[in-house]
Amino acid sequence: MNATRIYAIFLRQMFLLRRNGTRFSNIFVWIILDVVMWGFITKYLNVIGNAGFNFVPVFLGALILWNFLVRVQQGIMLGFFEDIWSRNFINLFASPLTIGEYIIGLILTCIATSILGLAAMLILASAAFGFVLFQFGMLLVPFIAILFVFGLALGVFTAGIVLRLGPAAEWIAWPLGFFLQPFAGVFYPIAMLPGPLAAIAMFMPPSYVFEGMRSSLFSGAIAASSLWIGFGLAVLYLILAYLFFTGIYRHAVRKGRLVRFSAEE
Amino acid sequence: MADAVLEVRGLTKRYNQALAVDGISFSVNRGEVVGLLGPNGAGKTTTLSMLLGVLEPTAGTVRIGGFDVFQERTRALARTNFAAIYAQVPGNLSVFQNLYIFGLLYGVPDLRVRVDGLLREFELEPFRDTKCGLLSSGEQTRVHLAKAVINAPELLLLDEPTASLDPSAARAIREKIRSFATHGEAGVLWTSHNMHEVEAVCDRVLFLSHGRVLLEGDPKELPRAHGKHNLEELFITVAREPLSLELE
Repeated sequence: MNATRIYAIFLRQMFLLRRNGTRFSNIFVWIILDVVMWGFITKYLNVIGNAGFNFVPVFLGALILWNFLVRVQQGIMLGFFEDIWSRNFINLFASPLTIGEYIIGLILTCIATSILGLAAMLILASAAFGFVLFQFGMLLVPFIAILFVFGLALGVFTAGIVLRLGPAAEWIAWPLGFFLQPFAGVFYPIAMLPGPLAAIAMFMPPSYVFEGMRSSLFSGAIAASSLWIGFGLAVLYLILAYLFFTGIYRHAVRKGRLVRFSAEE
Repeated sequence: MADAVLEVRGLTKRYNQALAVDGISFSVNRGEVVGLLGPNGAGKTTTLSMLLGVLEPTAGTVRIGGFDVFQERTRALARTNFAAIYAQVPGNLSVFQNLYIFGLLYGVPDLRVRVDGLLREFELEPFRDTKCGLLSSGEQTRVHLAKAVINAPELLLLDEPTASLDPSAARAIREKIRSFATHGEAGVLWTSHNMHEVEAVCDRVLFLSHGRVLLEGDPKELPRAHGKHNLEELFITVAREPLSLELE
């Protein structure tokens, strides 16, 4: 691993963000709209619930954490797509850059963009709707860690799919996080899901975060073992996603798909 | 072969039943400009892709500066660089940004000084902060060539580097590359369809046909040796009647 080459990949993305307001605003616009919409929904629910239950931490907290995961996934994907859109693969991979350095460069980029997005959501949710993220205390660390690692796994996996199927597969990458959302128990307990779907949820790292979040709010207690399971699963998926991507890359080099990528063979 | 910066042995690429490159072997020495010629579909770009490590050969080896491209990829590729019409630098970054990023990728020391030097050398200073996508094709070619020499490579691979240039600009670029090879002790592998250019620049040429090296020699002597008036006539024969040359 060479830090300078990793920095080159990171810097390329930062150059793009710095010079382009449209790209930069993409980090904030959708998540701000989401927070505003869900903020008012939770306020309305608080009103009709006669303040018997505070919906803000449950729904807005879940939304912010879920959007963080999606932003991490999209942070990886967008960096990868930039190289597809500018047909830059040959330039990059005919250089001494390794595939591992390339992926770490994308991860650094997405750390920067996802932290900016998370900060924007928290500031808005706190200022406009009284949401306090730190009510979760030190649990925030495992929550963020699990979602971040799983978001990376999703991002690397979707990049691998697009590398295999070509630029036309881009549409698959965008909604992938939302396909998983029903099984992650973001807005409702896993117990609400019918048996087979609840079984799928057991393999979803975010389900441990959102179950833990509700548990900490309602009972003040949470089983540390469940967070370890969630984190272990997220790390496992990241390793599998990395192996998947490198396998697809090697296949593309062997079959000539990398040099004829835009032909979508 | 102590002087060879590129050594290619038995290089083969097969796509299912189609044999794109058929066991070719050649070398490029330091200070030498070698032309890789042949009609469209002869296997030139496939060969260059294998030399650059972005296409895995079915068989054979490629060594750059003594390092195997597929076994010691990073070391081998750090010693080479390329410019090709189909591999443009990102159009949404400025000239400086592109050169800086590629300089980092190739581990160039004193990078800012090097980039400023290249901007001067390739007359790109007025476009330093211009996005590459806004440049004319001739200006873009100069950026690609500046990128290609940024790491002072031991082996420079050029796929039709002057294809989009006017005759005056093309001559200037040819002189630059010729001088790069002779003064920098680098080897250059050059593909072109402009036979006058090849005669003017190349010390040696390899004619590819159907994935095989059909002819090899001095571009000034090769046509006469095969009863042709010039390199262009020889090229047309390679393209249309390769068998007549094989049977000689």
